Amino acid sequence: MTHKSLLTTDARTKRRNASEARFKAYGLGAIVVAMLALAVLLTSVIGTGASAFKQTYATVSIPLPEAKLDKSGVRDLDVMKKVTTIGYASILQAGMVAAVEGAGLQTDMKAKDIGKMLSKEASATVRNYVLANPEVVGTEVTFDLLINGRIDGYFKGRVTMESAALDSNTSPEELKLAQQLADAGIVQTKFNWAFLTAPDASDQRPEAAGLGVAILGSLYMMIVVLVLALPIGVAASIYLEEFAPKNRWTDVIEVNISNLAAVPSIVYGILGLAIFINFMELNQSSPLVGGLVLTLMTLPTIIISTRASLKSIPPSIRDAALGVGASKMQSVFHHVLPLAAPGILTGTIIGLAQALGETAPLLLIGMVAFVREYPAAYTPDAGLFGEASTALPVQVFNWTQRADPGFVERASGAIITLLIFLLIMNAIAIFLRRKFERRW
Amino acid sequence: MSTLKLTASTLAIAAITATSAAARDNVQVAGSSTVLPYASIVAELFGENFDYPTPVVESGGSSAGLKRFCEGVGENTIDIANASRKIKDKEIDACNAAGVTDIIEVRIGYDGIVFASEINGNGFAFTPADWYTALAAELVIDGALVANPHTSWDQVNPDFPAQPIQAFIPGTKHGTREVFEEKVILAGCEETGALDAITGLNGGDEHAAEGTCMAIRTDGRSVDIDGDYTETLARIEADTNGIGVFGLAFYENNTDKLQVATMSDVVPSTESIASGDYPVSRPLYFYIKAAHLDLIPGLQDFADFFVSDDIAGPDGPLAEYGLVSDPDLADVQTTVADAVTLDAM
Repeated sequence: MTHKSLLTTDARTKRRNASEARFKAYGLGAIVVAMLALAVLLTSVIGTGASAFKQTYATVSIPLPEAKLDKSGVRDLDVMKKVTTIGYASILQAGMVAAVEGAGLQTDMKAKDIGKMLSKEASATVRNYVLANPEVVGTEVTFDLLINGRIDGYFKGRVTMESAALDSNTSPEELKLAQQLADAGIVQTKFNWAFLTAPDASDQRPEAAGLGVAILGSLYMMIVVLVLALPIGVAASIYLEEFAPKNRWTDVIEVNISNLAAVPSIVYGILGLAIFINFMELNQSSPLVGGLVLTLMTLPTIIISTRASLKSIPPSIRDAALGVGASKMQSVFHHVLPLAAPGILTGTIIGLAQALGETAPLLLIGMVAFVREYPAAYTPDAGLFGEASTALPVQVFNWTQRADPGFVERASGAIITLLIFLLIMNAIAIFLRRKFERRW
Repeated sequence: MSTLKLTASTLAIAAITATSAAARDNVQVAGSSTVLPYASIVAELFGENFDYPTPVVESGGSSAGLKRFCEGVGENTIDIANASRKIKDKEIDACNAAGVTDIIEVRIGYDGIVFASEINGNGFAFTPADWYTALAAELVIDGALVANPHTSWDQVNPDFPAQPIQAFIPGTKHGTREVFEEKVILAGCEETGALDAITGLNGGDEHAAEGTCMAIRTDGRSVDIDGDYTETLARIEADTNGIGVFGLAFYENNTDKLQVATMSDVVPSTESIASGDYPVSRPLYFYIKAAHLDLIPGLQDFADFFVSDDIAGPDGPLAEYGLVSDPDLADVQTTVADAVTLDAM
């Protein structure tokens, strides 16, 4: 048995050091793989979706002839409403042709095709404006009007001259003219606020589709979840953690809560359909039902995290409160709960973030739908949060199924928006934890 | 904290009680994903041009839509079910049992089913017989039923290039699959004389023979797509040998990525389908709950608007999107205007 110097490593130490180095390398490798996956996801989503935040508009002066728009001659709204958006299309066409001629551009395109360079949504924009301001009839008004999805795609690089030659919905001549109009300053691409505020649009006008209804619907659902899940979850956890006797019943409840947290979310959707819609007769597709279903789904998450943060409060705090004569309830509400609050809030926000991204249960309660009306928070007819609406993740699902290639960009744009919301919520959770958390 | 909790709970209870007596002022539609784009185009125009709110249109498939349609009468059930096939007697019975007795059937037009492949690949001129020979699970060869041996299109028809057989067809939950089986595979089976041969082999049972004809091979040469046409398109972009089954409207919106094959030498288009020259098409329907006509504001106007000449006519936005408009649209308009129910027809 020879004694070696501590400074020279023997074979066993080398082995141990090597295994430690290997473990570190594995760990690093795991993180690299995870980061790479995230990077690939983000690049592909941002690569296709970033362009959804820009949109091409044409600034065109549209003559509004009285003979066509107001047959009554006295600005009678009921008469003016008889002119449909299909009727307005011809007026827009005239305005567009005049704009092309006004810019001194030569083209072989027919007037009808020049008119089609505008989005179908444009007639609705003009019609709504005219009905809101009947006095403009007979004058000429300059509008910022949406350009159709293919030309928009051309300015974003999605459509090329080669693909346009094969595409039955556009033509190279159309793109050439669009480029000339852009050079003349009539057509320009700008930031697309409408993407965040406008409602969904049908397959014929991808350029007009926005997330307004979906964001509003998601917001309403989050309010319902917060208002219901937080008090119920916190009350349940306080009772279970601080007051309930430890016996077989509380064990059963505990196991069930952990189990519920792992139940696939679609199950809650089936439950929601059976209870909230068929039995309680709440409105289909409404954020109230969506919120209730997501509340059921989020409750276990909130209960588990609340109990964990209550558990982390040292018993000495409770003992000290009880020692100076506080009742059990006073010790909980005056001392334990305030100290556990940051943890509870963090858990709640993470639960909300999970609920925000949930799609499956909403499929069953009719929220995967084409909805264009902004849902009101309260109406006497539909009640609180009772109007039909969609939600952000559902809108992504919806858009990926559309035939027009323009919706691919929209779907990715919606994913980006959803990711930003999730990022903000998680950042708030981390901030609250850092700021208020106490360690013992 | 406790006051906050109290307020919150009160709010929650108020929310639920306030909603229990809810009334609805918008039209609700659900059903076929094939009809969905048309229905949403009409809903959008309807909301834009009328004082009613824009109808809510849900997808989910013809069967799912009709099932929800037949759940009963009342504001909590849908008003219109879209379907890419006719309602079945079984479904009408289910409807009647739930109190939905007056159903108005509206045919909005026709949808063509096309075969398309990658734009830079080989072009094809199919006949139903080619598809039967390529995709049937079992073929009659030398007087016996054997598993389909074909792996390449030139084995099916010597005029075709030597391209491996790879088809992406709609899954069984789609209404399109039924049309594909009946109008292409079964037609091909009859055309090649295989139907008679199989009937001879199985002892004269023609019904069973038709079943054998329509059985699609499961060895991976034909892939069922349960998702939407966007998935079929993605599969074709990934595998350029693939040939997919699409709706005409989907193809017309993606002509820069797909080339369409002819069927029996007819190029599919709204014209050739309307004239009946292109063989693979089917009618599209929606069903209205007559009991809701007085209950839901705007339902009658929506239905009238949907089938009006401006919308469903040959120059309307639906035709522009790919719907083949109904030559008997005037009859359909009368049906809707007079609310003629199924039983009365």
